[in-house]
Amino acid sequence: MFVRYYEKNYLHFFRNYLTVIQKPFKTIGLGIAFSPNLKANLYEAARLALFFESKLVLIHVGNASEDKLESLKNILNTFKKDNLDYEVIFKPGDPVEVILGASEEKKVDLLVIGAAKREKIFTYYVGSIARQITRKAKCSLLLLINPSIERLPCQHIVVNGLIDPKTEQTIATAFYVGSKLKAEKLTIVEEIKQNEIAVKLNDDKSLRKTTILKERLRNRERSRINHIIEDIPEEFTKDIVIKSQPIFGTQGYSIGHYAQIARADLLIMNAPTKMTFWDRLFPHDIEHILTELPTDVLIIQ
Amino acid sequence: MSQKKNNIKTFFQALPKNIFSGFVVSLIALPLGLGLAMASEAPPISGVIAAVVGGVLVSILGGSNVTISGPGNGLVGVLLVAISTLGIESAYAAIICSGALLLILGFLRLGKLADFFPSSAIQGMLAAIGLIILGKQFHIMLAHRIKREDTIDYLLEIPFTINDAIHYNNTGLLYAAAAGVISFVIMIFYSKIRNKYLQLIPAPMWIVILSIAFSYYFELVAHQNNPIALEYMISGIPEFSEIIEQIPTIDFSKIDSLPFWTSVLALTLIASIESLLSIKAVDKLDPEKRRSNVNRDLKALGLATIGSGFLGGLNVVTVIARSSVNVNNGGSNRSSNFFHATFLVVFIVLFSSQLQRIPLPALMAILVYTGYKLASPENIRKIFKIGREQLIIFFVTLLVTLKIGLISGIASGVVVTFILHLIINKSFSLFGRNLLKPNVLMFQEDRNYYVSVKHFCSFLNFYKLKAKLDAVPETEDVIVDFSLCKFVDHTVMENLNNYQELFTKRGGHFEVLGLDLHDTDSKHPFALRRLLPVPNVIKKSLTRRQTTIEELAKDYQLSYVSKKERETHFLDSFLFFRVKSINYIYNQLSNKNEAINTFDIEFSEGEFIAKEVVRSTMLHIKLDKSIPEFTLDREGFLEKVYAFAGFKDIPIANHTDFSKRFYLLGEDTKAIQAFFTDEITHFFESNPYYHVESNGHDLLIFGRERLASIKEIKALYDFGKRLQQVVS
Repeated sequence: MFVRYYEKNYLHFFRNYLTVIQKPFKTIGLGIAFSPNLKANLYEAARLALFFESKLVLIHVGNASEDKLESLKNILNTFKKDNLDYEVIFKPGDPVEVILGASEEKKVDLLVIGAAKREKIFTYYVGSIARQITRKAKCSLLLLINPSIERLPCQHIVVNGLIDPKTEQTIATAFYVGSKLKAEKLTIVEEIKQNEIAVKLNDDKSLRKTTILKERLRNRERSRINHIIEDIPEEFTKDIVIKSQPIFGTQGYSIGHYAQIARADLLIMNAPTKMTFWDRLFPHDIEHILTELPTDVLIIQ
Repeated sequence: MSQKKNNIKTFFQALPKNIFSGFVVSLIALPLGLGLAMASEAPPISGVIAAVVGGVLVSILGGSNVTISGPGNGLVGVLLVAISTLGIESAYAAIICSGALLLILGFLRLGKLADFFPSSAIQGMLAAIGLIILGKQFHIMLAHRIKREDTIDYLLEIPFTINDAIHYNNTGLLYAAAAGVISFVIMIFYSKIRNKYLQLIPAPMWIVILSIAFSYYFELVAHQNNPIALEYMISGIPEFSEIIEQIPTIDFSKIDSLPFWTSVLALTLIASIESLLSIKAVDKLDPEKRRSNVNRDLKALGLATIGSGFLGGLNVVTVIARSSVNVNNGGSNRSSNFFHATFLVVFIVLFSSQLQRIPLPALMAILVYTGYKLASPENIRKIFKIGREQLIIFFVTLLVTLKIGLISGIASGVVVTFILHLIINKSFSLFGRNLLKPNVLMFQEDRNYYVSVKHFCSFLNFYKLKAKLDAVPETEDVIVDFSLCKFVDHTVMENLNNYQELFTKRGGHFEVLGLDLHDTDSKHPFALRRLLPVPNVIKKSLTRRQTTIEELAKDYQLSYVSKKERETHFLDSFLFFRVKSINYIYNQLSNKNEAINTFDIEFSEGEFIAKEVVRSTMLHIKLDKSIPEFTLDREGFLEKVYAFAGFKDIPIANHTDFSKRFYLLGEDTKAIQAFFTDEITHFFESNPYYHVESNGHDLLIFGRERLASIKEIKALYDFGKRLQQVVS
């Protein structure tokens, strides 16, 4: 019954976003600061724009100057032969507001924020800006923890498979990204909440019951994910190894930890549905990942 | 339905064995119950009441399988304070309230409470309790009753008491002190004597029997008064009818005072810690490898404590020594706990007047030994080996417990441990930022369970890891990976070691990864990690026996390894080791293809004061083919007792001499009868006696439960070699 309910839902969603899948990211935004990381960040964003055949919008919080423009031009010269289409916006003010305002104005679909993981304080700072942006942003968001000038191939993508209306689109986008970046492997992680296991673990008998129940839940999750994958156009799924990994654990946390262990190059998540005061006080879901940033994270709106 | 019927059938089949082990346990529970109650300055019978109420209620309602419940030694210190500050009638009220708290803990599923205490702090607290018991009772053991304010004063007084005892003029006191000393000697040397008939009765019961016999000797044979001074005899053991008539009045009037609730809290804390630790330890001994329902046990113990309090008994806890005796004597389900209570009632009904013939010093000798075992220098040495910082935790807890009290003691242990962790890591943020975060991930990869731990893992957040590990059946394979974890403390390492033992014993596999990385990280001096790896102590010089074995090895062209080997899992599947834990094997002699292997072995039976460490020489033969599982031993008195308890000898047709002289046990009667052909039977008939055991593909052979001489090793080896030829 459970599965049937979702099937119905999926069909509904499927019709809605089939067009979206074809080209989800038309415009890519990048918030830039003139830091030692600038070159790496620009290279990453430019490469993405070429992969996704999209326009690149560079947003700088601060006043415009010839010097700044010149240095950007110098760096992006390498991509000139590939016909990179880009635009620079200068605007002083509060970083979060400026970036969000410009993104909305330029209809950015994917906002890239770079940070060097080595710089501890900076990661924290970026983490906090990223958190504020994720709470407010209406577009997708990519957090780069280790931008590099040389292209590091993206081999393994981990994507969430939560029971959530947004999940289907997230998984579909993950396959799109995977095929564009030529990833080798895509793992869908289904986090199963502890409270779905009705049996309390006490002794051998309850342990047997829980083990059986867990196996059943695992199968349910697998079949749910398989249904989602069946609906995705074959061109995106045929060249990639697909793995399904059910995990029993804290939602939003386990997937980050898993991505770190599985040495994933990119973690793709649903955008959080609602943020209430309590959600911030007791971190969960995406908040766990933002505080620890296990790898590059892509949050799909 | 058929499953249920089957359960009932196996229950009744196991009943004789459980009655027998219940009986043996009651033999040790009676003197301990009396002694623990008197050490707490409660009426002696209150300990027995606690054991009876506990035995009945916990066996019916509890969730563990082979544990025994009754008055616990950990509680002596707390009860002593409670009774001396509140008076006995209010102390009963405190006991009842602590029972209610335990019940609530059980309902709130707080069985994990004991995991929040660092293990060195718990060790320190237990050692302090040991010293409290020892310090107080040592003087009574030597018939020198004194009253001091402080526990430490009692300890400092010990040399003076010994001096006084040597110079007693009063023969009554002299006899009393002698009774104490003799009893203490019995407690010490009992475990060192391996005699079947002697071991049938536990040491505390020997003390009781001998002292009653002594008193009867003077009354009936010598027609004299008992020479032991009257004030050092147990008094105030009521007749059974009196116990029921004289239910004590319980005084709840102090319920609004602070000392009352401190006592209640201390009682609850110690009762739950002692019970939870005991249950955990006994689960490891369970031959049927069951998992206890800890929270259900807590509820049952709480209810039993309430009942015991109302009837004038002490707190009921799960006790380790008595439980291990239960396992060693074949107890297989909760009914043995019930029968232990039943036999205690029988003893009190039939022998309550005889019990008054026991001299107090004799009884207290049992407690002094218990106290000594809790605080033995051996424990301190073990802790020192783990690391110096553990010793700090241990001694801070110990001293604060002795000076101030149990709750302050354990609290100081927790605080000191945390401060030391901060110092070792030189970072507060590691703990501060990650304490509340989930840090454990578990998922199934192929057939394995993979567990990864992040940030830090110490007593503060071990419960998170434990919750995951508990969800894995012990027959599976688990890999715990600490490579993302910056700090792992001693408590965690020790608990992981326990898991490792449990998994290997039950056929699973438990591996810890990623800690070798920590060695390169100079920030963490990981003394705490020393616990897991196999310690291979290579001694430089060989003993004379070892050099002779070395010569023998050359002579017989065998290979000889003298060092201690802790990888002994090939022995786990033998029935003989089911309720024993193997420490290590050493002095291994093996032939070229390692099919025949003799070795010295150290293993232990039981836990705590019932613990006996045994060294023996054994022979292990790997067979090329499968044979039925069986045990073959000499026919004797003990076996007849066991036969009464449910085992059956398998007769071999046409070999009455063999059947008469040997005792053959096994499940698959037909296969065993087919296996014992004329040739094999004749081999056993015409050769010396050995204990021979088969686990299906290997044979284990040994003579006595002690190390063999060189000659005996030769004989054993020869026997094994010929047996291998006959069998294959």
